[in-house]
Amino acid sequence: MAAAANGEAILETVGLTKRFGGLVAVDTVDLAVWPNRITAIIGPNGAGKTTIFNMLSGVLRPTGGTIRFGKRRIDGAPAYVIARLGIARTFQNVQLFEGMSVLENVMIGRHTRTRAGMMAAALGLPGVAREDRTARGACMEALAFVGLAERANDDAVSLPFGQQRLAEVARALVAEPRLVLLDEPAAGLNTHERTGLAAMVSALPERGITPLLVDHDMDLVMDISHDVAVLNHGRKIAEGPPRQVQSDPRVIEAYLGEEVATC
Amino acid sequence: MSTSSQILQCIFTGLTVGSIYAIIALGFTIIYNATDIVNFAQGEFVMLGAMIMVTLQTVVGLPVWLALPLSIAAGAIVGALLERLAIRPLRQASILTAIIVTIGASIFLRGVAMIAWGRDAKVLPPFTKSGALFVGQAYIMMPQSLWVLGVTLVVVVGLMAFYSRALVGKAMRAVAINRYGAQLVGISPSRMVFWSFALSGALGAMAGILIAPITFAGYSMGTMLGLKGFAAAIFGGLGSSAGAIVGGIILGLLESFAGGFVSSGYKDAVAFLILLAVLFIKPTGMLGGKAGR
Amino acid sequence: MARKRTTHIALAGFGVLLLVAPLVVRQPYYQSIMVVIGINALAVAGLNLLMGYAGQVSLGHAAFLGIGGYASAILTVNHGINPWLAILAGVAVTCVVAWIIGVPTLRLHGHYLAIATLGFGIIVNIVFVEWRGLTGGQSGIAGLPELRLAGIALDSHLRLYLLVWGCVYLATIATANIQHSRAGRALRAISSSEIAAQTAGINTGRYKVQVFVLSAALAAVAGSMRVHYMSFANPEPFGFAYSIELVVMAVLGGSGNVWGPVVGAGAITLLTEVLQPLGKMVRPSGAELHVPAFGLILVLMLIFLPRGVTTSLALLTQRLRGARRAG
Repeated sequence: MAAAANGEAILETVGLTKRFGGLVAVDTVDLAVWPNRITAIIGPNGAGKTTIFNMLSGVLRPTGGTIRFGKRRIDGAPAYVIARLGIARTFQNVQLFEGMSVLENVMIGRHTRTRAGMMAAALGLPGVAREDRTARGACMEALAFVGLAERANDDAVSLPFGQQRLAEVARALVAEPRLVLLDEPAAGLNTHERTGLAAMVSALPERGITPLLVDHDMDLVMDISHDVAVLNHGRKIAEGPPRQVQSDPRVIEAYLGEEVATC
Repeated sequence: MSTSSQILQCIFTGLTVGSIYAIIALGFTIIYNATDIVNFAQGEFVMLGAMIMVTLQTVVGLPVWLALPLSIAAGAIVGALLERLAIRPLRQASILTAIIVTIGASIFLRGVAMIAWGRDAKVLPPFTKSGALFVGQAYIMMPQSLWVLGVTLVVVVGLMAFYSRALVGKAMRAVAINRYGAQLVGISPSRMVFWSFALSGALGAMAGILIAPITFAGYSMGTMLGLKGFAAAIFGGLGSSAGAIVGGIILGLLESFAGGFVSSGYKDAVAFLILLAVLFIKPTGMLGGKAGR
Repeated sequence: MARKRTTHIALAGFGVLLLVAPLVVRQPYYQSIMVVIGINALAVAGLNLLMGYAGQVSLGHAAFLGIGGYASAILTVNHGINPWLAILAGVAVTCVVAWIIGVPTLRLHGHYLAIATLGFGIIVNIVFVEWRGLTGGQSGIAGLPELRLAGIALDSHLRLYLLVWGCVYLATIATANIQHSRAGRALRAISSSEIAAQTAGINTGRYKVQVFVLSAALAAVAGSMRVHYMSFANPEPFGFAYSIELVVMAVLGGSGNVWGPVVGAGAITLLTEVLQPLGKMVRPSGAELHVPAFGLILVLMLIFLPRGVTTSLALLTQRLRGARRAG
């Protein structure tokens, strides 16, 4: 990956592996993500991309290998601990909370930056309302950033799919993470929405948030990423800047080869 | 009573009661495999089987060989009605909703039974009238216990044959293994669900008819039996027929020995303590079964 | 926010209603029903937090009422301890038990969770029956002293009504506070998608146990009120049947709504009262008509109105309001 000239990697995996019974979904993958650069993981379907995300966010436990966030090992750590350390994520199939408005969903994203507990809330202590007001401000800002400010009080799952995606991004951003994992953020978006998303993701590094994305959309990835890693059948087959990876014969074979094989 | 004859009695009681738990547990397993639902009304199938048998035999005066299949058929009908009226309308509702619905159905059935038959315990005569069996000086068991063990064996063998030979049985297995795949080959999962409820109803009724002569028949007999049968199913591994049988027998034995040697009052707690232990340590039970949902 | 003001007005109105009701309803029989409704509402308030907001389930909640109730009975009758202290002790013991059983139980989901709580409830009830030295077995413990507040004995229906409904009022306020708070959002997130909640930084395990313990504490208070009201404690009201009744109240009342417990407890308790004389007509010895009635209610509610009465009404008004705004 783009070298040590950039200093410490913000996220690093060594030999990351995930086995499901006999199936090896992720096979000794070494990854490095550099701060304030946009990194993408691409690969044909079933290459193991979402599984890696699940391991990085603590939803799945790696079968082998290590994951380091900054100096800290996080492989096997519970998901909420990893979130507290500064990693936020969105989901491929959009997991917005039902029965809650868009704003409430984003307020959940603010959970790690607020403190009021259940008993304090039950007793109606004054600090609780104050903290909530401040949090709401930050959340409205995040909604404005993704362009959803007017939909704040609408029922979250009533939004059209593309806007649900954006709501999820806002929820992830409002946690002020250092690293945000975006799982297929462009999927299901129209061209206009995709351009908006690309601009949004590109703006993140200057806000101090490092995006790591997984996506199928070659154009999006090539346009905005600095570093790209290519996975196939759970293994990393290439990495480097977008142009380089795009013309790598192994990568071409992985994508085309899959199309030929499915005839 | 000498310890050895006490042990012997515990073994026979345990096997007898355990067989009943096994049959009830099988009822849970069949429905669970077809639908992922735990049918809390299973115990009421047991109760209704016994109560209907009592009515047919003592009030209507039918002979055993006629009352028995009619009562079992009644159990199957109740199961089928439960599926059509309470389960089918639920569609995509969550598992918890389905559980609470079956609990609702269970107390409904129990309440109706109380109105229909009253509160008193009814007596169901055993299948064959002969004296109790003795070993040496010690009373070991009633001949009804032999019926229980025998019928349980027949039921188990019958179910195995049903699942491996009969088309409906194989279809039910297919749905349990891969619902979508079964649909692709033309099996209707909803019809299999229907049949699984009917079968469980019949099995439950059978269990009630078997045990009632030994304990009692009353509107409240189903609750505890159902819950313990469920404990047995979880113990053996929810979703595993073999587990249901093994779980039932072992639970019956453990309960019997606890009652005989520790305290008869706390006997009922044994099943639930085992249940909690299994859930906390290995929820998939002894013989694996489907991973918990 | 407009929503907050509506809740404040509603709570104020509720308070007024509570104070006025005993002036309107004078007969002791009806006042006693109101006390019972209050006790049930308090227990269901806790269950509502656990089931309605956090999306969990407890089929053994009567156990917690029992532990609170028996603690009150044992400490006051057998050891002469001040009843208020006994109630506090009962709550403390119940919280400890709830925490111990909650940690392993709330790791479970779906029917495993349901059956674990059910099993727990049954075991506790068996202990109430069998541990005769402590609990007096089936006959229980009698002769509970009356509660005294500032020298006044709370020995009439009216006075107990005020105490019980005072607690219900506080519980309702607490629920309203939690509902729109960070903790309330966390609970609702857990109910919707535990994984997404975890990746947002919510320690779901801890929250679930916390709300479980809180619901047990409310149940313990209700249990203590009950045994003081009856002046005795016995195992029968703290068994499986009552646990299910509480669930029926919670489901009927409405999940995740501040008024659900009061509505559910009121409806079910009144229904039970109404069905009693009807039951006598069917069977002179008393047919418990409420049993099949509850069963039917549960089944029908979950098929047709799964969110319960109050929540469905709230959604309906929301939709109507939205339609009016758009139209």
